[in-house]
Amino acid sequence: MSVHRVVTGSRNGLTDWLAQRVTAAIMAVYTVIVLIVLLGGPPISYAVWKDLFTQGWMRVATLLFAASLCWHMWVGVRNILMDYAKPEGLRLALQVMTLLTIAAYLGWTLHILWR
Amino acid sequence: MKLSIYRYNPEKDARPYMQDYEVQLEHSDRMLLDALIKAKAQDDSLSFRRSCREGVCGSDAMNINGKNGLPCITKLADLPQHVTLRPLPGQPVVRDLIVDMTQFFKQYHSIQPYVVNHEAPPERERLQSPAQREELNGLYECILCACCSTACPSFWWNPDKFVGPAGLLQAYRFIADSRDQDTAARLDNLEDPYRLFRCHSIMNCVDVCPKGLNPTRAIGKIKDLLVKRSV
Repeated sequence: MSVHRVVTGSRNGLTDWLAQRVTAAIMAVYTVIVLIVLLGGPPISYAVWKDLFTQGWMRVATLLFAASLCWHMWVGVRNILMDYAKPEGLRLALQVMTLLTIAAYLGWTLHILWR
Repeated sequence: MKLSIYRYNPEKDARPYMQDYEVQLEHSDRMLLDALIKAKAQDDSLSFRRSCREGVCGSDAMNINGKNGLPCITKLADLPQHVTLRPLPGQPVVRDLIVDMTQFFKQYHSIQPYVVNHEAPPERERLQSPAQREELNGLYECILCACCSTACPSFWWNPDKFVGPAGLLQAYRFIADSRDQDTAARLDNLEDPYRLFRCHSIMNCVDVCPKGLNPTRAIGKIKDLLVKRSV
């Protein structure tokens, strides 16, 4: 049985598998909180929305959600690339592009939340 | 009954083709394998594996109307009048319905399918309590027919790196065995990104297993053990 290492973007499958589940739970909790805030509060308007996002806890919760989404997305896209992008050079290039795109989105989210 | 059967002889045919057989069933014909044997009586160039003809040896696994199964235990009464038979998907075809199982068995051997115990063997056998023996139910019954692994897209994409449901069911069978002392090494062997973690729990394996086994549950238990020892 060949045991040579292949480019996967991960040294160990467990961390990513577990991370995917934990980040999914964080996203589910955030979704419930946002639904409660939006449905339980006054009718949504620009002022209400802006007021909501000036609160520190909402910014931190949203950042946690965005970070979870990014990590979740990385594991998912990496899984797809592992299955379908067979040449290792191509896979590495696509993985780097994915990571850069995710980092850009996360940076953009930070900018939106704290500008 | 009409059988449409995948035919391919690499020595003669440029490409595979489907051939139809009209089979006259008799009252004593109960299983799909009976019809298949009648088709072979018409055309002895038709090739397929079969041995025990009662779902124990696992050699006649094939794709029956789009779903993997064993013709020897597939009742004719449960099938439509037109049945399409193809080789197990994703495997190299040796001829007609016979596939090359080398990769499947390589993966099976890679999980060390035997009890590893470093203590001196007792005079008689290593005993288990009834509860310990119970742990092996639903695991030891696997006949290695490959219906599950060849129904698994992860095994289609990475047959050389992903152990596949059959191999992983057996991996857990030895992890769960109270007489085995190699659990840590067995878990190490599965912790890379491919061997175990290509399973995304789509449960095609459970859907097709002719013995009614549940590889997804066994895979979940291996993942649980990996999580427990790492946190």
